[in-house]
Amino acid sequence: MRRRVKIGTALATVMMVVAPALAIAGEHEGKHGGPVPLPQYSQECGSCHVPFAPRLLPAASWRELMGGLSRHFGTDASLEPATTSAIGAWLEANAGSALRGAAPAENRITRSAWFLHEHREIPSQTWRRPSVERPSNCAACHAGAEKGIFHEHDVRIPR
Amino acid sequence: MNRMLLRIAIAALAMHATLAATAQAATPIELLSRYSAQAGSVPLAERGRALFTARHGREWSCSSCHGDIPTGAGRHASTGKTIAPLAPAFDAERFTDSVRVEKWFRRNCNDVMGRECTTAEKADVIAWLLSLKP
Repeated sequence: MRRRVKIGTALATVMMVVAPALAIAGEHEGKHGGPVPLPQYSQECGSCHVPFAPRLLPAASWRELMGGLSRHFGTDASLEPATTSAIGAWLEANAGSALRGAAPAENRITRSAWFLHEHREIPSQTWRRPSVERPSNCAACHAGAEKGIFHEHDVRIPR
Repeated sequence: MNRMLLRIAIAALAMHATLAATAQAATPIELLSRYSAQAGSVPLAERGRALFTARHGREWSCSSCHGDIPTGAGRHASTGKTIAPLAPAFDAERFTDSVRVEKWFRRNCNDVMGRECTTAEKADVIAWLLSLKP
């Protein structure tokens, strides 16, 4: 019994130390079925925009985006090569399935057929509200956007 | 089981090594003196302010995202994301990691000026930011 407790404590300690490492390896699923966040992804990409959930784009789009970070939608978002490849590998490993559709125009999530379909009832003036401003501002209506949660019943469209 | 633990340990070590290689602790004053020593010139806060607030023949200035006087939160000019204050007196994390500082100077100077900033320009900007006090 005592031995079992010891093993349990040891395992718990090990897990506390290595949980972030597992995230890098992308081996485990997170709470909501999405991948465990990659700290580098949230830190680097998340400093300028919502760290978009990897499943929102197909692997081909992520590959192109990560290959052109020095001209990233009008800004220089370049990273160290090692960081670029670590983030790129994680994005591709957790990318959306091909069933969801081909790479959208300009690799923009907001140009995907499924995105346009899901938002077909949103009038254009709603997108332009100061509280929303642009379709890429997921968090304006989806409070769980940073964690990749987009359930319809959690949607709150701000005034 | 042992094999799994081994893999976990290797991943943890790899992560540790990555973190150690990417964070370079410094203070804003240290960075300022390092840049001005490299430039071989005395930094001028006023020149830093002018560089920061001016457009350099392109769409954006530094102020476009950080605000004219970066003592409060800024806003990313294309994504709208909130940016923490840049002046160290208003955010203690600013200019405390030389690798991060270099990364952002490299990218943002390229966006604003179409080239990298010189060490003298970096020193001027930091000198100005350090002069901003509550």
